[in-house]
Amino acid sequence: MKTFGGKVLFLDRSDINTDEIIPAKYLTEISKEALKPHMLEDLKIEGFDPCDPGLHEARVIVTKANFGCGSSREHAPWVFEINDINVVIASSFARIFRQNMFNCGMLAIELPEEAIDRLFKHKGTNANASLSVDFNNNRIAIESDKGSESFAYSLSAFDKALVEAGGWVEFADSKY
Amino acid sequence: MAMTLSEKIFASHLRDEPFPGTKVLSLDVVLCHEITTPIAVNDLVARGKDRVFDPSKIKVVIDHVTPAKDTKTALQGKILRDWSRRQGIRDFFDIGRNGVCHALFPEQGFIRPGYTVIMGDSHTCTHGAFGAFAAGVGTTDLEVGILKGVCAFREPKTIRVNVMGTAPEGVFAKDIILRIIKELTVKGATDCVVEFHGDVVRGLSMEGRMTLCNMAIEAGGTSGVCMPDEVTVDYLWPFIAADYRDKKAALADFRKWWSDEGCEYVKALDIDVSNLAPQVTYGYKPDEVKDAAELAGTAVDQVYIGSCTNGRLEDLRVAASYLKGRKIADTVRGIVSPATPKVFRDADEEGIIRIFMDAGFCVTNPTCGACLGMSNGVLAPGEVCASTTNRNFNGRMGKGGMVHLMSPATAAVTAIEGSIADPRKFAKGGR
Repeated sequence: MKTFGGKVLFLDRSDINTDEIIPAKYLTEISKEALKPHMLEDLKIEGFDPCDPGLHEARVIVTKANFGCGSSREHAPWVFEINDINVVIASSFARIFRQNMFNCGMLAIELPEEAIDRLFKHKGTNANASLSVDFNNNRIAIESDKGSESFAYSLSAFDKALVEAGGWVEFADSKY
Repeated sequence: MAMTLSEKIFASHLRDEPFPGTKVLSLDVVLCHEITTPIAVNDLVARGKDRVFDPSKIKVVIDHVTPAKDTKTALQGKILRDWSRRQGIRDFFDIGRNGVCHALFPEQGFIRPGYTVIMGDSHTCTHGAFGAFAAGVGTTDLEVGILKGVCAFREPKTIRVNVMGTAPEGVFAKDIILRIIKELTVKGATDCVVEFHGDVVRGLSMEGRMTLCNMAIEAGGTSGVCMPDEVTVDYLWPFIAADYRDKKAALADFRKWWSDEGCEYVKALDIDVSNLAPQVTYGYKPDEVKDAAELAGTAVDQVYIGSCTNGRLEDLRVAASYLKGRKIADTVRGIVSPATPKVFRDADEEGIIRIFMDAGFCVTNPTCGACLGMSNGVLAPGEVCASTTNRNFNGRMGKGGMVHLMSPATAAVTAIEGSIADPRKFAKGGR
């Protein structure tokens, strides 16, 4: 099983698509390693700098609605995985992106909008928010200079099994 | 119990339900292209599982970057080519026979009503136009599909879209689907199948229905779906004639997939197209849609006609009907990519290719081309493209570029004007 948690990257926008997460021109790569420098390269958010070296310290993404819409490219979870980001928390996900995350043994956690808003309260210039995941008890906890709080989340039995198995290939291969 | 088309397909293809609500379906066809498949193939090789579940059910094409543009894309093609040969996959479409996957595979008769179809490509929802459950998936789902012939889904809910009225001159399937996406929003159909009903849909050709279903994903939909009818039978007849006594028998068989009276829809949407104007996107999301007239005068640098949305013969025919005897503006680069070799050949025989060339268009080989900025037709920063494709995302056609989505008719008159224009103001065929 992968490790989950660490410094949070807040992406304050809905409908972030997979072209923004990893532009199509890099889909000619056939290794995950080659994707590494191009994470979120075309992301359109006021004030967001894809070249910020701090980006690569992030281990968790917290964002809004319909994250990962658009293309089916699994390069989107891969570019997160290769940058050690194994958790994305959003108020909703596009179907294919969400499935791709669990298929890779990664976590796509859906929380109600009000919980997302509370998580965003920890975003600040020097907030240095950090988030931990208690996978066995389905809880996340966030800590920053603005305080700490925790939230329960739910995962389907299938999603949980995929994370525990390390992904869909491992799960399917032992069963079908 | 009354069931929707996709519920019937799920019930008939259910292989396992490992957890409540998780349905593992057996697959009728697994489609592959050179962008998302090579990594799956390499992973299977690395795992010592270089096998396929059934080579006759795997269809392969090189379409996104063809001919190869550099060493990396040449390698993607080579991995796919070598794998297809090694695994005895006979339906492999290499250069000379290749075209845009979602135009080529239906044209080959590979998609049938009631089928389960996956591909590592989000626009796989196109194939639902045949009454199939067709879903785009990632590389891992594709890999398991190739190896085991199964894919897991949460059973989708179904949205019913009823398209009524009479489409005015200058209004086409693309305008209808852009309007539907505007209504549904980019996430309104997430985890749902979008069923298209109504007289307008029944009156569309398979090409038009594929344009509708193609963009279901832009509302977040798992698959678009049309009920298979006489039009479907006619389209597929060359491939199914041996299986049925006559077309009537085929239709009766296809009808068993139709959603039942009284089945459950999570949402119903009625669209009357009688007063619909040509539609154009204006922002970076496909639900940001306005009437073409509202954007009239917006200068464009490039016009692109092609893709899995609008690169079929009917699309080229419509565009040519406006371009005939006219020239595109000096300030515009016109590019047309017929979606398949058959589309190219038929368009050539009808004189359509000549019309495009005389108007000043560059005609490329069949390929995904400019649609996703991977090969040709990339925009420079600050440039604008009027495009018959499906996505206007930031950077989609090149960093800093802007894409306006529209129908082939609107794209054609925009090319002539040099700025976004309303096709209803243009007579067809100047001379």
